Amino acid sequence: MTHITLTVDSVTYADDVEPRLLLVHYLREVAGKTGTPIGCDTSNCGACTVLMDGVSVKSCSVLAVQADGSEITTIQGMANGQWHPLQQAFHDEHALQCGYCTPGMIMAAADLLRENPQPSEEEIREGLEGNLCRCTGYQNIVRAVQRAANAGAGAQAQTGGQA
Amino acid sequence: MTAVAEGHETGSEVGRARARKEDARLVTGQTNWTDNITLPGMVHMAFVRSPHAHAKITRVDISAARAMPGVIAAFAGADFAGEQGSLPCAWPVTADIVIPDHPPMAVTEVRYPGEAVACVIARDRYTAADALEAIDVDYEPLPPVLDMRSALAGDSPKVHASTQGNRSFEWVFSNGDVDAAFRDAPVVIERNYVQQRLIPSAMEPRAVVCAPGGDDFTLWSATQIPHVLRVMLALVTGIPEQNLRVIAPDVGGGFGSKLQVTAEEVLTLLVARRLRRPVKWTESRSEGNQTVHHGRDQLQQIKIAAERDGRIRGLSVDLLADMGAYLMLVTPGIPLLGAFMYNSIYKMDAYSFRCTGVFTTKMPTDAYRGAGRPEATFGIERIMDELAAELDMDPLELRQRNWIAHEEFPYTTIAGLTYDSGNYEAATAKARQIFGYDDLRKEQMERRASGDKVQLGIGVSTFTEMCGLAPSRVLGQLSYAAGGWEHASVRMLPTGKVEVVTGSSAHGQGHETAWSQIVADALGVPFEDVRVLHGDTQVSPKGMDTYGSRSLVVGGTAVLSACAKVVQKARRVAAHMLEASENDIEFAAGRLQVRGDPEQARTIQEVALAAFAAHNLPEGFEPSLDSDATFDPDNFSFPHGTLLCNAAANTETGQVKIRSYVAVDDVGRVVNPVIVEGQVHGGIAQGIAQALYEEAVYDADGNLLTTTMADYLIPSAADLPTFVTDRTETPATTNPLGVKGVGEAGTIASTPAVVNAVVDALRPLGVRDVVMPCTPERVWRAVQEAQPPGGAAPQDPFGGAR
Repeated sequence: MTHITLTVDSVTYADDVEPRLLLVHYLREVAGKTGTPIGCDTSNCGACTVLMDGVSVKSCSVLAVQADGSEITTIQGMANGQWHPLQQAFHDEHALQCGYCTPGMIMAAADLLRENPQPSEEEIREGLEGNLCRCTGYQNIVRAVQRAANAGAGAQAQTGGQA
Repeated sequence: MTAVAEGHETGSEVGRARARKEDARLVTGQTNWTDNITLPGMVHMAFVRSPHAHAKITRVDISAARAMPGVIAAFAGADFAGEQGSLPCAWPVTADIVIPDHPPMAVTEVRYPGEAVACVIARDRYTAADALEAIDVDYEPLPPVLDMRSALAGDSPKVHASTQGNRSFEWVFSNGDVDAAFRDAPVVIERNYVQQRLIPSAMEPRAVVCAPGGDDFTLWSATQIPHVLRVMLALVTGIPEQNLRVIAPDVGGGFGSKLQVTAEEVLTLLVARRLRRPVKWTESRSEGNQTVHHGRDQLQQIKIAAERDGRIRGLSVDLLADMGAYLMLVTPGIPLLGAFMYNSIYKMDAYSFRCTGVFTTKMPTDAYRGAGRPEATFGIERIMDELAAELDMDPLELRQRNWIAHEEFPYTTIAGLTYDSGNYEAATAKARQIFGYDDLRKEQMERRASGDKVQLGIGVSTFTEMCGLAPSRVLGQLSYAAGGWEHASVRMLPTGKVEVVTGSSAHGQGHETAWSQIVADALGVPFEDVRVLHGDTQVSPKGMDTYGSRSLVVGGTAVLSACAKVVQKARRVAAHMLEASENDIEFAAGRLQVRGDPEQARTIQEVALAAFAAHNLPEGFEPSLDSDATFDPDNFSFPHGTLLCNAAANTETGQVKIRSYVAVDDVGRVVNPVIVEGQVHGGIAQGIAQALYEEAVYDADGNLLTTTMADYLIPSAADLPTFVTDRTETPATTNPLGVKGVGEAGTIASTPAVVNAVVDALRPLGVRDVVMPCTPERVWRAVQEAQPPGGAAPQDPFGGAR
């Protein structure tokens, strides 16, 4: 067992974990943060994407021990009194159907907007290439990211706001 | 059109682009997926699965696993042999169909790679995974059966030793004089098309949790069909139906793949019963790719006879459909859902259809978005383009010469279905205009003339489909074991709010929103005041669940009918309260008023409270406005549309890029245009995925090679174009909402538009087919191997794909 201390959605956790424990299983089964789902186990689908120290990672491909000392933001930490602009935009643009990819898609989009606050359609499509959605055909996801960008989601991330 | 207005008060919600109620939990991570469920004392199950396509099981040793710390139990198939029953097939399509026994856990023989052989139950999922390694299974390999055509040969190894051969059934349909249609026909074209095997790939992997409690069992499953599953689990295991509660919590997509009674559901239930404690099983993606039922996998032989002016005389279809190793819930019925659709929107004199179901040592096939109808639409739309090419006619012109004109509805087709409504002219005209069809044809000609290495293709797909499954009597005629009705309850709460219970079971479709819109209009209550309950057999005791684009057409109509009964009861109470005759009470926008006296009125909320208090009700009135309705449709629903795809094919690299894609769908009256657009987008994406990217591949030994999302190419945002969607609106005449199904339409229509575009781009080079998925390599090979126009046809009738 290895002792780790990390912050998840602004709460500090300290636990003894097996070195092989995946971060996503730590989040879901140790920290009880089930908002982050698992889609493929092989880092192809991106459903489990979270932010680790502000940068998106696929939490099925990170060990919990690698997250020792880091600050993790999950979909459950995005709203701050009100929905994050990306959450609002996904709702407004009907960018989700079953919603299983949505947590990862929103977290990946948050990182994309942090790097590029006003992406073009092509940049959004390329930027979200690592996140798969089976329901929407992506068109409304692209629209939602554009809408969130226009609402200042990227600027918010760059100035150190949550996510 | 008059049917649309009857029994339905006009309001402002139906037709409105409401953002969805469901989203609040989904965008914030508060979703209740099955794998999120944790119960006190819960243990985790994992399966040992066959590494062989076909083998005898000679020994299973679970003792070492059983002895590991943290392992509660381990079982082989033999441990459940007396109680696991056989997984059900509810669609015995012919009287002499061969339905082999299908044990949830293999006992003596495995017949596809991934079939469950043993299981372990441990304190946590990591321990369970470790313990799998300690289970020792000995196999004696048997020959795999992989190719349908050789599987039917007399000397083929058999998938099931107990059967005569690998043929499960042969199903035929014929109408009109097919021989006459083909005899002396000026034009006869014959083509062979391959519907490759697909993996449905819902984003949420399957998961099951079962909790025993005395004689009762509660089973949560990532399923589309909690009601059907409850009945089937009772039949398979013998556990009395009243002791089973099935819950489909939030379900992350299905596309038909969760329309199933799975081995894992049965075994989770049996293990929970054996251990008397809650058990959870969650699959990995590679388990899922191997053992969630697959889709498509048909070899199509299609023959069309026509006059020189393009008029179709007859059509003949001969299918081989890969069943896989067993018949699952509706496996043999899937190709038959296409049987009535090959004639599509066209008039013709004669049609014949034959389908042979074939066993192979592969994962069973079953429903995948469209289920039989995408295959049929592909077949007819591809061969229509071939016919157009043969006649040197514009493919849209050819279609127009044959389609049912809008004034001819209702129209009974050669396949025996009566299409209630449609307007193919309007949808096509709109699509053609948005697409810029004539300009693109000009550009195409210019590129052809200049010998550009990037050639343009224009792909057409004018489609209809039968959905809204289904009239129960028709299902009975087709030997399906259940009906096609749907149930709804509408409850007026004392505070004037409304609870709606629906028997359809959403998993991404947005029922909570759309049903609220229907109810808001029908009862004249605010959209926000309606709560929709579903997906739990204890909350929603009657239902037929969600598949076949049936929810709105059948389930939405049931909701509307239940609302009408509520209003009828409210009318009686209001008359009593207002001391008026019931016949004088008018209902509009949530108010029940005395005709001609607007001051004399009660709101439906006031009436609900009065019914709840029950202090002063009409003589003999049962004190409740709550009402139930069960709707069984008289007919299927026939959405249609025109899809146009403009693709650029690089003749040197084989790369295909979709430049523009226009879809004009007619799904009748629309309850929520945003939801409809989303369904069309997603449907088109899955159709494009079949055309260009996806294929489940088994190697020569019968191993599945595409076991991860790295190998099975689900398109990403970067792989898909922006779609331009629009609608025409020709209301259905067969339900009071005027609605038609939309869930599968995009997928049914979109694949042939893409492949037609690819072939159209390459046709001047002599290419007349590219086997799906049209990967760069296949396109490049097709160009290399093409004969110049007028040359000899390729030797292999299936293009070398099998």
